[in-house]
Amino acid sequence: MEDLKKILTEHPFFKGLTEENFALIVGCASNVRFDAGHVILREGEEANQFYLIRSGKVTVELMTPNKGAVIIETLAEGDILGWSWLVPPYNWRFDAKAVELTRMIALDGKCLRNKCESDNRLGYELLKRFADIITKRLESTRLQLLDIYGDRP
Amino acid sequence: MATDPNLQELKIDYKRNPMLPWPFQIKRVKRETEDTFTVELQPLGDLAEFGFQPGQFNMLYVYGVGEIPISISGDPSNPRALVHTTRAVGTVTKAMDKMRRGDIIGIRGPYGTSWPIEQAAGQDVVFVAGGIGLAPLRPALYEVVAHREKYGKVVLLYGTRTPADVLFRQELENWRARFDLEIYVTVDRAMSGWKGNVGVVTNLIPRAPFDPRNTTAFVCGPEIMMRFTAMELFKRGVDNEYIYVSLERNMKCAIGLCGHCQFGPVFVCKDGPVFQFSQIKDMLVKWEI
Repeated sequence: MEDLKKILTEHPFFKGLTEENFALIVGCASNVRFDAGHVILREGEEANQFYLIRSGKVTVELMTPNKGAVIIETLAEGDILGWSWLVPPYNWRFDAKAVELTRMIALDGKCLRNKCESDNRLGYELLKRFADIITKRLESTRLQLLDIYGDRP
Repeated sequence: MATDPNLQELKIDYKRNPMLPWPFQIKRVKRETEDTFTVELQPLGDLAEFGFQPGQFNMLYVYGVGEIPISISGDPSNPRALVHTTRAVGTVTKAMDKMRRGDIIGIRGPYGTSWPIEQAAGQDVVFVAGGIGLAPLRPALYEVVAHREKYGKVVLLYGTRTPADVLFRQELENWRARFDLEIYVTVDRAMSGWKGNVGVVTNLIPRAPFDPRNTTAFVCGPEIMMRFTAMELFKRGVDNEYIYVSLERNMKCAIGLCGHCQFGPVFVCKDGPVFQFSQIKDMLVKWEI
């Protein structure tokens, strides 16, 4: 638990949280590991947690008809995986797969979700942090959509 | 090499007139990707060597078709081989794509400003390349690798469209195998099974290993990519004065006379193509320019 606390304290995502809220988050955290090729999240399934990647690499994928799975993004050390636990209907929108042996900290989103409903201050703090991640990923997706390396945009 | 009799007959002093192309012969053509190729050229006539600075460009003339600016992508320490890498996208480059060993191309140059590699000595050096933008950066990479002891960390962040579009694949692998270079490649799109990174090149900046307070960054790629890259470098702590970008405009005369490549108060052919980002950043978001 001390090890988890140390890692979470050092991660910028959790900076600025009150001691009480931070203790709550640490209480919802556990170490997990996935071997290469393991499907961590499956589109449509219940989204009840999010992950902080400690080491390894994870692909976020989307199954497309005829083409198979397309990789949308690769996440690595320090990145946060999963925000569907925060947004109704709380189902994963994409698949996520470990590219190599990946170690992560899993955080119990279901527990945090309930806590956020009763403690709006915590809810706002978490939402602000996830809004930042979602904004960055939206910005990246827009650049990808421009296909800037194709013919002149 | 003996002077070509045809050239002697013309009695033209190619060295003096900046508007006259010098004939070069194609020595080798290498296909890099489906639509990108590299030509290695050798001067004909009296010109034995062709020196240039990393980041400079030449005007390449496909006789009877047209003339276009292309950055030099070869090794500056080898002035006997002039190397250009380009995509077959326009009339001239498509004609070039059909040319083979022994064919002649006219060259004017080298023109423009260069990557200020010497100024980066003692610092970390970060190269950020997007797509074909890796080609104009490659001479600078050669130079830095050749004098590796002068620099701190050397990092290349390279983004391209798909795994099939990765340029200079063998060289990237060779550089990656060295312990003193950090090479990261990312693609915008890939199918499941690709073990490399997927995502825009700017995503690599926050976790790349360099000290932002002691870094010079050289950025080359599509203009949008360079803007977002500079923003991300700045966010990481690299001052705009230590960020250099290479611009591309409609260069025609290449010597600052015709005005085709005018970009606000500067001519890209003469004052660029390499600019300090702080010098041009406000102009990049002006629609009128």
